[in-house]
This record gives sequence, C-alpha cells and structure tokens, in this order.
Amino acid sequence: MTPTPAAGLGLSVEGVDLRFGGIHALRGVSFQAGPGQITAVIGPNGAGKTSVFNTISGFYRPAAGRIRLGESDITTAPVHARAGMGLARSFQNIALFRGLSVLENIKLGGHHGMRTGLLSALAFTPRARAEELALREEVERRVIDFLEIDHLRHKPVDALSYGLQKRVELARALAMRPRVLMLDEPVAGMNREETEDMARFILDVQEEWGVTVLLVEHDMAMVMDISSHVVVLNFGEVIAAGTPAEVRRHPAVIEAYLGAEVHP
Amino acid sequence: MSEWSILAETVLLGALSGGVMALIALSFVLVYKGTGAVNFAVGEVMMLGAYLYYAGVVSFDLPPWLAFVGSLVVIMAVSALVERLVLRPLAGQSVVAMLMATIGLASIIHGGVEAVAGGDTYSPPGLLPRTPMTIGDILIPGAVLGNFAIAALLILGFLAFFRWSRAGVALRATASDPVTAATLGIHIHRAQQLTWALSGLVGTVAGVLIASSVGLSPLLAGTALAVLAAIVLGGLDSVAGAIVASLIVGIVEALAAGYLGGKTREVVPYIVVLVVLVVRPYGIFGTRAIERL
Repeated sequence: MTPTPAAGLGLSVEGVDLRFGGIHALRGVSFQAGPGQITAVIGPNGAGKTSVFNTISGFYRPAAGRIRLGESDITTAPVHARAGMGLARSFQNIALFRGLSVLENIKLGGHHGMRTGLLSALAFTPRARAEELALREEVERRVIDFLEIDHLRHKPVDALSYGLQKRVELARALAMRPRVLMLDEPVAGMNREETEDMARFILDVQEEWGVTVLLVEHDMAMVMDISSHVVVLNFGEVIAAGTPAEVRRHPAVIEAYLGAEVHP
Repeated sequence: MSEWSILAETVLLGALSGGVMALIALSFVLVYKGTGAVNFAVGEVMMLGAYLYYAGVVSFDLPPWLAFVGSLVVIMAVSALVERLVLRPLAGQSVVAMLMATIGLASIIHGGVEAVAGGDTYSPPGLLPRTPMTIGDILIPGAVLGNFAIAALLILGFLAFFRWSRAGVALRATASDPVTAATLGIHIHRAQQLTWALSGLVGTVAGVLIASSVGLSPLLAGTALAVLAAIVLGGLDSVAGAIVASLIVGIVEALAAGYLGGKTREVVPYIVVLVVLVVRPYGIFGTRAIERL
C-alpha cells in the first residue's frame, strides 16, 4: 500500500438512457465530474438523481450510453469491480452494517485493496495478517483521525446518532481510497451544525486527497457553497449545467424549482 | 452409583452429543444467514462426506486423517459447485423454489449413495483414540468425548473467524446487506460460494464423527432433520442460538431416553421446541423478522 492516495479521476456520463418498463427514468443524460473537483447533481424529487447514481454504481444497466471512469469504460463492469477501479459511494439511507462496530464497518472499505483473497485470509497466512495490520494502521491514521471519530471506533454503529452514522459511512467510503467519491445526500436530515461539519469534511477530503467528489443534495446553500460545478436534472433530463452562479440564474432551473419545496 | 451421578452422567452425555448436533446446526445456519436458503440437503451432504471418508480408508487404503481431509476437500468443492450451478441461477426466485432445489438435491445424493454403496451399515474407523474418561462414578466413552472436543474446537474456530478475521467480517457484511457489500468491492457471489463450502465442511466433519461412532448407512442423513428442531429453537439466523439450542436438545434427548424410555428421545425434544415456539416464534436468539418463514 502506498501512503499517498491516487489523485482523482474524471467521471463522465455520456448519453445515458435508463428505462424501467414504461418509465423513462433517464433520457440521454450527459455530464462530467472534473478530476479533483466537487460536482453536484440537483433537481426536484423524482428528477432521476438517484437513478444516475445507481447507474454509475452499476446497479442498473443503461439501455444506451456509457459511463467512463478516467479512461476506462465501466458501463458493464460488475458492481464489485468498480470499487477496485476507484469508485466509492455513500447511500441516501445509511447503509452501514448493523451489528458490526464502527471500526469493522470502516475496515470493510479497505477490503477491495487487499491482494490476499478471501481464502488466504481464511487460512491466516502471514502475508494476509501483515496486510490486515497495514490496513488497520492506514485506516486509523488517515480516516479515523481525519474525520474525528477516534473515540467511537469500538461502538456498534446502531448506537450512534444519525449525523455520526453519516460520518462513519463517509469514513468507510474513504477507506476504499477512492478516486471518485459519490455522496448521496450527505447532509439530508442533519441540523445546521452537523451540516457545516460534513461540508467541511467534504472540502477537506477534496483538498487534501485530491479526490473527485460527485454529490446529490437537496440543501441548496451547501451545494452552492462547496461545488464548483452543478448539474440540474428534471424529468430524467439535464436541463442546465454550470457554475453555481450560472445555474442559479438559469431560467429553466428557476422554472423547474417554482412550486417545488426547495428554492435555489 | 447414586441417583445424582446418574443424572449428572445423563446431562453430561447429552450435552456432549449436543456438540456434534451444533456442527450440523451450524451447517444449516451458515447457508441460511449467508444466502437466505434453507438447505434441506445438509443431511445428505453430511452422509456423502462420511461415505467418501469410508471409501478413502477402505477402498483407497488411505490413513484415516488423510481420508478425512480428502473428504473435506471434495465436499467443499461439491458444495461450491452446487451453489454455482443450482442455487445461483435461482437467486431472486421465491424461497420455495430454493427449498425445492435443495430437497431435489437431497434426493439425488441419497439415491446416488444408495445405488453405489447399498443400504448396509459400515463401521468406519475412528479418528481419535477411544480412551474413556472417568469423573468419580461417571464414565464417558472416548468416542463421545473425542467427538465433542473436535466439534467444540471447530465451532470456536468458526466463532473466532466470524468475529475477527477480515474474510469472516466480509461474509457477515455480505449476509446483512449484499448490495452495499458489493459497492465495497466484495465479490458477493464468491462470498456466497465460500459460505456453501464452509457449510459443507462443518457438515462433513459432523458426518464423519457420527459415522465413526455409531456406524455408517444412508440413515445418517436423517440425523440432520432431528437437528432442525434445535435450529428452529435457536433461531434460524443465529449462530450462537444454534449452538446453545443444540446443547439443550442434546440434554433433553438424553434425559428423555434415560428417564422416560429410549423411544421418547425422538418425541420429547419436539415437544420442548413446540412449547418454546408458542412463546417465542422467532426462536430463543433469532431476530423477529424471521417470522415470515
């Protein structure tokens, strides 16, 4: 394991079409998340934001179009293989493993980077053990200290507050040493203080690790604060894209959000 | 021998035989937790493993330990293959479809073994020396003691594996949320295959232990069905529950046989299970969500 993380990769979504039976969830969606930058995908409820995320993760196979991570086309790569290519994500509804401790959850993030497979880990070979120790140290130093959760490491995740669970999920994604980090509503349901903490961590991650961040978020103030590029979806289509200032003034965006609960 | 030592001996022997039952229970629980399938072929896989062990010793003239290891390897490979060829194509189908598949598998193995080996009872050699142990008045047969020791070691190993090893934690993660596990880079098909292989491994150990102490015939497969009572009692999705419940069922069986007569050992455990289920439908340790089964 190298001590420094790999720099962020660009992610491009090119003409992605997604259908579920008669529902056309995404229509020719194209956008790019620049390497090392923070890109946000926004849009009213049902606009297709989560569909975009799930397609990038590999849960859905698009009817047309491609997904590119850096130079590689990952459109048809299996879900677990994408982790090895540098793709990590968090989920809208926290997807931590109940019954496992904070540390166990986070260490699972480092799983894909291990060269020793499940079977040799099973046999407790010296190399597997050495690798495990290295992972543990790496996780302690780079992730747990970084996110200020060292006092929680042996707690069961179920015992944590909502905001802290979200932070542990971010920690697990970081333990994957991602080159593209996807965050699905990282501050949904958080209070002001928790939101500010999370925004600061996301900015720190981007600055110190050089990771490309792609986020879906409803909190407009936070999106406009930290993103350098914003993509707006409505009814499965990209209706606008640009800097926060450009998007805020875009007539189509204003129209899409009129009457919607969140105002840009 | 006083009445108290008879009671103590009965309870002790029951608990010791519960150790091997716990292995069979573990074989069920592993697959259920890891893949959501109730594997009704556990008994047949266990029997097949015991026959392979016997064939290794008698037909191929291998030393017992080598034959034992050989049968473990073969059964693990067969189990992994069954996962790949039978269960994986059924992923996403109803629980009933998977259930029927494992019942079909059980018939195939049962018929195959009977066709090749016939219905006779063989007595495979034991793996351990059979020195009995005495505690005061109580005499414990060597085979019972050895079987329990092997079962206990293996179960402790499994508990440690799931608690501390990376692979064990990854398997637990896959069992609790396969989709998220996949996004972390865990190859969930491989994890499920490993689960089947491990289930075959513990089943085979149980099969060889039982066969070498009470004899080997196709009837061996039926032992697993008796253990289902223990599993239902412990909660189908709880490893700890399966172990504790196996010990309880072992003791109840021994007490029934000792005090109510030999035949009642097959009935009394089920009565206990029935009573427990009325009070706690999800087992002693199981999670409530299991009610849907």
